[in-house]
Amino acid sequence: MRSPFLRRFRILFSALVFICFFIVFADFKYLIPSKYINIVLSLQFIPSILKFWDLRTLITAGFVAVLILTLLTGRTYCSFLCPLGIGQDIFSRIGGRIKRKFRRYGFKKPFTIIRYTLLAATIIVTLIWGIYLLTLLDPYSIFGRFMTFFGNPAVILINNFLSGILGKFDIYSLSHIHITGFKLLSYSIPVLFFLLIGGLSLTRGRLYCNMICPVGTLLGLVSKISLVRIKFDENKCTRCGRCSVGCKSSCIDFLQHKIDASRCVVCFNCINTCQEKAISYGITGVKPKSAETDASRRKFVAGSLLLLLGIRQSVRAQNRTAPVPKKESTVKENKTFPVCPPGGVTILDFNTDCTACSLCISACPNGVLVPALLQYGVEGMMQPVMDYHKSFCTYNCTRCTEICPTNALHPLVLDAKKLTQIGKAVFIKDNCIVKTEKTACGACSEACPTKAVHMIPYEGNLVIPETNNEICIGCGHCEFACPTTPYKAIFVDGNDVHQAAKKPENAESEMKTPVDFPF
Amino acid sequence: MRRRDFLKKSAGAGLAAGAVFSIGGYKKFLSGSPANAKYDMVAVMGGSPEAMFDLGIQELGGMGSFVQKGQKVLVKPNIGWDVIPELAANTNPLLVKRIIEHCFRAGAKEVYVFDHTIDNWVNCYKNSGIEKAAKAAGAKVVPGNSESYYQKVEIPGAVVLKTDKVHEIIFGTDVFINVPVLKHHSSTRMTCCLKNMMGVIWDRAFWHSHNLYQCIADYALFEKKPHLNIIDCYNVMVKNGPQGVSKEDIVQMKSQIITTDWVAGDAAAAKMLNTEIEKIEYIPLAYKTGVGNMKLDALNIKRIKM
Repeated sequence: MRSPFLRRFRILFSALVFICFFIVFADFKYLIPSKYINIVLSLQFIPSILKFWDLRTLITAGFVAVLILTLLTGRTYCSFLCPLGIGQDIFSRIGGRIKRKFRRYGFKKPFTIIRYTLLAATIIVTLIWGIYLLTLLDPYSIFGRFMTFFGNPAVILINNFLSGILGKFDIYSLSHIHITGFKLLSYSIPVLFFLLIGGLSLTRGRLYCNMICPVGTLLGLVSKISLVRIKFDENKCTRCGRCSVGCKSSCIDFLQHKIDASRCVVCFNCINTCQEKAISYGITGVKPKSAETDASRRKFVAGSLLLLLGIRQSVRAQNRTAPVPKKESTVKENKTFPVCPPGGVTILDFNTDCTACSLCISACPNGVLVPALLQYGVEGMMQPVMDYHKSFCTYNCTRCTEICPTNALHPLVLDAKKLTQIGKAVFIKDNCIVKTEKTACGACSEACPTKAVHMIPYEGNLVIPETNNEICIGCGHCEFACPTTPYKAIFVDGNDVHQAAKKPENAESEMKTPVDFPF
Repeated sequence: MRRRDFLKKSAGAGLAAGAVFSIGGYKKFLSGSPANAKYDMVAVMGGSPEAMFDLGIQELGGMGSFVQKGQKVLVKPNIGWDVIPELAANTNPLLVKRIIEHCFRAGAKEVYVFDHTIDNWVNCYKNSGIEKAAKAAGAKVVPGNSESYYQKVEIPGAVVLKTDKVHEIIFGTDVFINVPVLKHHSSTRMTCCLKNMMGVIWDRAFWHSHNLYQCIADYALFEKKPHLNIIDCYNVMVKNGPQGVSKEDIVQMKSQIITTDWVAGDAAAAKMLNTEIEKIEYIPLAYKTGVGNMKLDALNIKRIKM
């Protein structure tokens, strides 16, 4: 195929995909139903592998589809489906506007050692130690963090600007939303990566994807044996070099008529650039001389896949039974454990499954989730943790559990979530207003949705809180509402293993319907 | 011009206009002009929320004696909780709707509804049924979820709560109608007229940490007082308040109290909950400042049973 429509199709398709991802993360009004979000996310490579690993259902096997797609068509995933890749294409375009030089690439040698080392390191570290490198390098998660840290607040800023204008005209269809942000340190990794990826894509095309991204490298290996790919018609080629200059992957060696399939992201730019129509996209016969290397590479691909799926199980199986000791000195307010969002089941499970894409942080209607610093330890950095000083987990909501693309948060139906105890309220009487000031308060009990925090008689007319841990679900509304500073008089200590709370019992009222006015 | 500047500039004018209306309106009831001062309080029992309101407001001279043609009205229900209407943690949406309809019939130019919710505000507005009901009646539903909507005010004569931040809509409207739902409250024992004002201010934590009873009573001194208080006692949460756990907390009292005196309203509401007025300390505190009368015997109360 040599149609110029291939490129247009790619641009249109990827633009739609990018817009979908943008909306999913920028949906600050929480209008998009979870099932649509799940459809958008289903084909993301790393999250899909993690989800499939937990659930083993056909519908979660999006990564298999991606692998098949790659075997057939090459690294189309990188150009059509990866939001980070599409975002880089947008940056490259902007870069070209700034300086034409930024869009003149030319053939360059691959960073073979760097990219395969990073791929191997990612796989090995993930299998042996934990999810650190995957969290850091999974392109979807990187994109998610960019959106949560920068994109979503930017959209809210625009909303606030518009709502301010509309408010003047007495229109309240948009409302002002307070942007709270996160702890400054949480921004370090997203900012660093934004500078790195932004800078590289602005000036060097898809260098990040071909040098650092482990998914790009892995799919590159697969695409070496792909069925359909970009190829030269050596008879037509005049060696003008336009294709090579315009190739953002720097993978076209026009002098030798070779295209490095492991780096080609199938953007079709070269097809449109070539005036001689010497470049096309079609089925390639395997050349005899490359057969040998192909076999060994195939082995490597198969081996790494096996590694990815096979050994992971044994590592996880060990981990499941052994609780991770927490460094208590790093946790404030005497918490034994941080509070992990509902659906996490155990902190350990959650930590090993979450790649910190931060979608739940963007999607939480209450803004209670924040990226962790060291609350979970190093492994859980940037993973979502409940911050009850900032907000609380609203009783009638299961949003985060519904949209998690890696299944680190298992889906919960509302009735189950209302009985899922993610932590327990701990009352510190010596901090309480009622004791220290001898005045009424009860903010905690007022906020408690199960009345696990209730008031009992205290001195004189005063009442003071008491907690019932059997029915407490650890939603943190008490901690959030407690007005004492800097330390709260009531806080939620996380459960490392989430438990089932008892349903609050409630007897019929003794009061009867009045027959006459009591006054 | 930023909206805040715009508001600051218009606040002066708004305050002046509002003060005229508020003093004018209030004096009219107290000085006893024959049209609407027949009763200090009307209590209705035995009908639907709408029917009881129709009857009760008629006894007070109709909504026309509170809302003049072309005025803007603020209806402030309790929308504090993400709870369905049947569990009565929020004001009955049917009642809110009927009040708004009466306002428009009396010639109101605009009716606004808002609350500074405790639970997630979007869910509260939606699941309380009030947003839908208010919009159906033609009112504007105003958000109260961001500090940027609140303006600093001074409360002369207050013991503790000398300044506070109050929602801007209270300055942009001429008539203020307070529509609390009567509920048990775990700490103050009852929430009704006076305590419903915790939904027009921003920083509730200050009230909770600086003598809650005194702050509730202090706020009653603020110049923007409700011109009318309509207490929803249709379904009454008699325990586990103010949020409630399940329907066992509810007693169907099928009642409504309409009054211009919110201290009297709270006193009557306390009786409904079978609670000693003195135990709800903010009622006597507010009574002592003279903002209202908690001695129900001294009031002219019309009692209607449907």
